[in-house]
Amino acid sequence: MEQNELFKQLTKKSVASKKDIFGKYLSLSALILIGITVVAILFFVISRGLTTFTLDKINPFRFLFGTDWQPNNVDKNNNPLVGALPMIFGSFVITLLSALVAAPFAIGTAIFMTEVSNQRGAKIMQSVIELLVGIPSVVYGFIGLTVIVPFVRNTFGGSGFGILSGIIVLFVMILPTITSMSIDALNNVPKIYRESAYSIGATPWQTIYKVVLRSAIPGILTAIVFGLSRAFGEALAVQMVVGNSPVIPQNALSPAATLTSVLTQGIGNTTEGSLQNDVLWSLAMILLLMSLVFNLIIRKIGKKGEMKNNV
Amino acid sequence: MKKTLIKIVSFIVIAIFLFYGSTHREITSNLNNGKINENENNILIVGSTALQPLAERAADYFQNENPKIIINVQGGGSGAGLTQVQAGSVQIGNSDVFAEQKDGIDAKKLVDHKVAVVGFTPVVNNKIKIANLSMQQLHDIFTGKITNWKELGGNDQPIVVINRASGSGSRTVFESIVLQKGENVLKSQEQDSNGTVRRIVASTPGSISYLGFGEVYGKGIKSLTIDHTKPIASNVENNNWKIWAYEHMYTKGKAKGNVKKFIDFFLSKNVQKTILSKMGYIPLKDMEVEKNAEGIVQ
Repeated sequence: MEQNELFKQLTKKSVASKKDIFGKYLSLSALILIGITVVAILFFVISRGLTTFTLDKINPFRFLFGTDWQPNNVDKNNNPLVGALPMIFGSFVITLLSALVAAPFAIGTAIFMTEVSNQRGAKIMQSVIELLVGIPSVVYGFIGLTVIVPFVRNTFGGSGFGILSGIIVLFVMILPTITSMSIDALNNVPKIYRESAYSIGATPWQTIYKVVLRSAIPGILTAIVFGLSRAFGEALAVQMVVGNSPVIPQNALSPAATLTSVLTQGIGNTTEGSLQNDVLWSLAMILLLMSLVFNLIIRKIGKKGEMKNNV
Repeated sequence: MKKTLIKIVSFIVIAIFLFYGSTHREITSNLNNGKINENENNILIVGSTALQPLAERAADYFQNENPKIIINVQGGGSGAGLTQVQAGSVQIGNSDVFAEQKDGIDAKKLVDHKVAVVGFTPVVNNKIKIANLSMQQLHDIFTGKITNWKELGGNDQPIVVINRASGSGSRTVFESIVLQKGENVLKSQEQDSNGTVRRIVASTPGSISYLGFGEVYGKGIKSLTIDHTKPIASNVENNNWKIWAYEHMYTKGKAKGNVKKFIDFFLSKNVQKTILSKMGYIPLKDMEVEKNAEGIVQ
């Protein structure tokens, strides 16, 4: 009898273990909810984006490589003019160039803050960068519209709206992102690397250039790709200064359009279920897929970096 | 081996799902299944940003007289207005264009309430010395045949064309009158709101665009006459000024209850005579001509 009672007591779930199970299921359900959301968004955007090719019977190659974007018009053979290449090209050119310009500045700032300056200088810079990260993109757009566009117009001619203005605005926008991630990357370089370099007689510059930077390369690349993906998805600020002309730009001053700018401008003017609306979803699908690609690149870089550190 | 098999199978499953999703619109959209109660005290109006300020003002007056009814006016564009009223998710969809002019809209299911007339005028940066253009010249500018103000007797300065976003109400109206059907337009800069257009034309030398009559104000911008006709209400009323359009309020089926009450209020003498002209629109009653969805004037 007594034994039985004891057995029951011991096998009964205590309050603590009940809480334990409750917590487990709570976090699991949160995970499932997020998982469902992600899958739903992917399914929604991609199946909407594919409608252009399945229901509207647009040739995907004509869509990706066509250069004529007039969704309301048709060509001589009655094919809708939905060539998305100008926007894809515009997005890539503006994004890549702005990241290319921003990277040296960001890495330089990061080196200054982690390796060169004293604590106080680094702290001041840190708060400046955090401030820059917090500025909403519409503010950058406004500054671009009132400062950068007239500046470009007066110095280089043209209307001022165009690729160059877009690059400048995006450059300022992604600079803090790349900088703060580069700082993390440099801080993650083990102290022992620096000490070893100094102990064999390397100068500070040699230490930075040959040891610290080299071993932080994966982290810095990750930072740049993060900047790229932020620039790629930015809509408002770019739309305000880029001119939104869906043509392949002739030079740095000519107006261009990006995937995002065409999307934000067009979505309210189209009706659901129409071709004009479907092609916008296709553009959204390209944006989504590109951000997946950026994520893949970041993971690949991360894996490579890990291996290097082990060797 | 097993792993690759799993990969292939899951790839095929995903592909099938996506193909099914992309060929069945109803899965990812809410077309035609909303139910709206017209007698409800909350009226939701969505659509044209050109009609929005006017609708908001009228809604204010209406709510003063009928404190129980709450009217919510939102922008979003003519396309959004038509889509949502057809889907039954709002009671009134505002549009700058006839429903017949938009793909994907079944115009037969919607009832058109023309509520105002709006005239559009070409506007230029006011440093440009030209004050008049012929319709042909305007056409040539927007198709890219004329690219310098010099060709029109102005200074030697390139013309910067600023269009509204493709598919927007203003642009549809402007192009339907200035250009021939199916004609290729000049690919130019596009901006998505009246405010931005006004600001950009005012600050960009050599720029030309078009705005509703009520939108032409502020420094640095001026409207042009076309064939020496002035862009004023009286010229629109007798169709001497060709670039004009109706503002529409669409309802799904006949307007009933509070929705009908509001539209009737909008068409009442009070609103039409006072608010409309103050905000640069033209009252329907003053029009001597009528235009149908094909753009034919009678």
